[in-house]
Amino acid sequence: MELFANQVLAGIATGAIYACMALAVVMIYQAIDHLNFAQGEMAMFSTFISWQLMQWGVPYWGAFVLTVAFSFAAGIAIERLLFKPLAKAPVLTNVAGFIALYAIINSVAGLIWDFTIKQYPTPFGSSPFLGSQLISTHQAGMIGITLLMLVLLFFFFRFTRVGLAMRAAASLPESARLVGINTSWMIALGWGMAAAIGSIAGMMIAPVVFLEPNMMLGVLIYGFAAAVLGGLSSPFGAVVGGFLVGVFENLVGTYIPGVGNELKLPIALALIVTVLVVKPAGLFGRAIVKRV
Amino acid sequence: MTAMLNVKDLRAYYGQVQALHGLSFSLNEGSLTTLLGANGAGKTTTLRAICNMVRSTGAIEFEGKPIGTRSTENVVRLGIAHVPQGRGTFTNMTVEENLQLGAISRSDKKAIVADIERMYEHFPVLKQRYTQQAGTLSGGEQQMLAVARALMLRPRLMLLDEPSFGLAPLIVRDLFRILGKINREEKVTILVVEQNAQLALELADQAYVIETGRIVMSGNAKDIANNEDVRKSYLGY
Repeated sequence: MELFANQVLAGIATGAIYACMALAVVMIYQAIDHLNFAQGEMAMFSTFISWQLMQWGVPYWGAFVLTVAFSFAAGIAIERLLFKPLAKAPVLTNVAGFIALYAIINSVAGLIWDFTIKQYPTPFGSSPFLGSQLISTHQAGMIGITLLMLVLLFFFFRFTRVGLAMRAAASLPESARLVGINTSWMIALGWGMAAAIGSIAGMMIAPVVFLEPNMMLGVLIYGFAAAVLGGLSSPFGAVVGGFLVGVFENLVGTYIPGVGNELKLPIALALIVTVLVVKPAGLFGRAIVKRV
Repeated sequence: MTAMLNVKDLRAYYGQVQALHGLSFSLNEGSLTTLLGANGAGKTTTLRAICNMVRSTGAIEFEGKPIGTRSTENVVRLGIAHVPQGRGTFTNMTVEENLQLGAISRSDKKAIVADIERMYEHFPVLKQRYTQQAGTLSGGEQQMLAVARALMLRPRLMLLDEPSFGLAPLIVRDLFRILGKINREEKVTILVVEQNAQLALELADQAYVIETGRIVMSGNAKDIANNEDVRKSYLGY
């Protein structure tokens, strides 16, 4: 029983990573109906920016804020330059665009900062959290930040006019234009926010997985799994999905013999497929009620 | 009376297909005008061209300003509300959020709150359902919501695309009564596209008849209603 509780706790800690990433994935999916395969690389690049700033002597939280701001602007720039022209293009063209972006960012990061693994600091320290060996203060801080972002997003979308306009533009672009919403900028804003959230995810994850250009590959797949599980239309679902995937992964690794570390990633992929077959809207995705 | 909207030689295209062949008409300020025509005559296209939702050429002037090259959202922001065919309801949002969205381009928060209350007076059924997902409303209720959403813009001109479509006759009467009231009391100029010619001609003071992308008749709604060709083609007696 104690083993079970400990594994659940450890799962929640890793789940926070996936939850962060899933949140960013859902943001873009809401805005443009596509999964951004380059999301992880954008987050990795942002994390390198913050690392570079710290190398130049900027204190942690200063670098943190600058990086989030930079990522927000860069997200908007990527949308304006690369994906706005593709807005009316078929899905496959967009997918090609995402993969190109993935490769470009990955190579550029490698070119600038090379592929050696770098230490990345944590602002929360890494001592045991409340005396537990399974969860460190960093992981606890990460869970806190993820939940804080979720609450902020909830308030933004539920209670602000810009949030309302973004939701309208995502759900029904033509009607949104007919009430005077500039839908094109709403999409750009969605990209900016997703990039900013992704950068926070990257900076939280880096102390755990170490900083290098390929650090986000596995994380992104878990992030997709979490987003699909929770429902691609629900930020709340994405976060819950992230924690569930983390716990699920840990429990399967512990209790099913032969799974171990090697088979954890296929389990995430199997989870994506299973959810898509059994409950395509995900656990919290809103199935639209319609009456004719 | 001055013309609020002036449309000259409007031609519209869907890809290679031309849907409007040089349409010209004007709307007087404060008028309630109806645009009649059969299926495929170009009624919807005309409304969509005014809001720049379809490729078109020609001159469209609103209150003396050319608006032909403005984007849809910028046309709307001038005070032209468009209730599209199929109502365009944000079905996964609440009734109240739909009304909020109607006023999204305004910044006078207090007046918006007051306007929402006013809409609940015009359409009491919406008040009972304001926290409900708009997609769960009946067709008639959704049409009321669409009109209310358009009014939340405080429009100078309102374009309605077949508001009677798919509604029970009693509900249509109710809706048209409200439109008449809005036109008189709130001084909103209205252009309504309709297949239900009889009701539309009773309501309107001006009428245009459109056939295959051209205006074939125009004038006072009463005269049009008494015209023999119109009676045969559109009124059925």
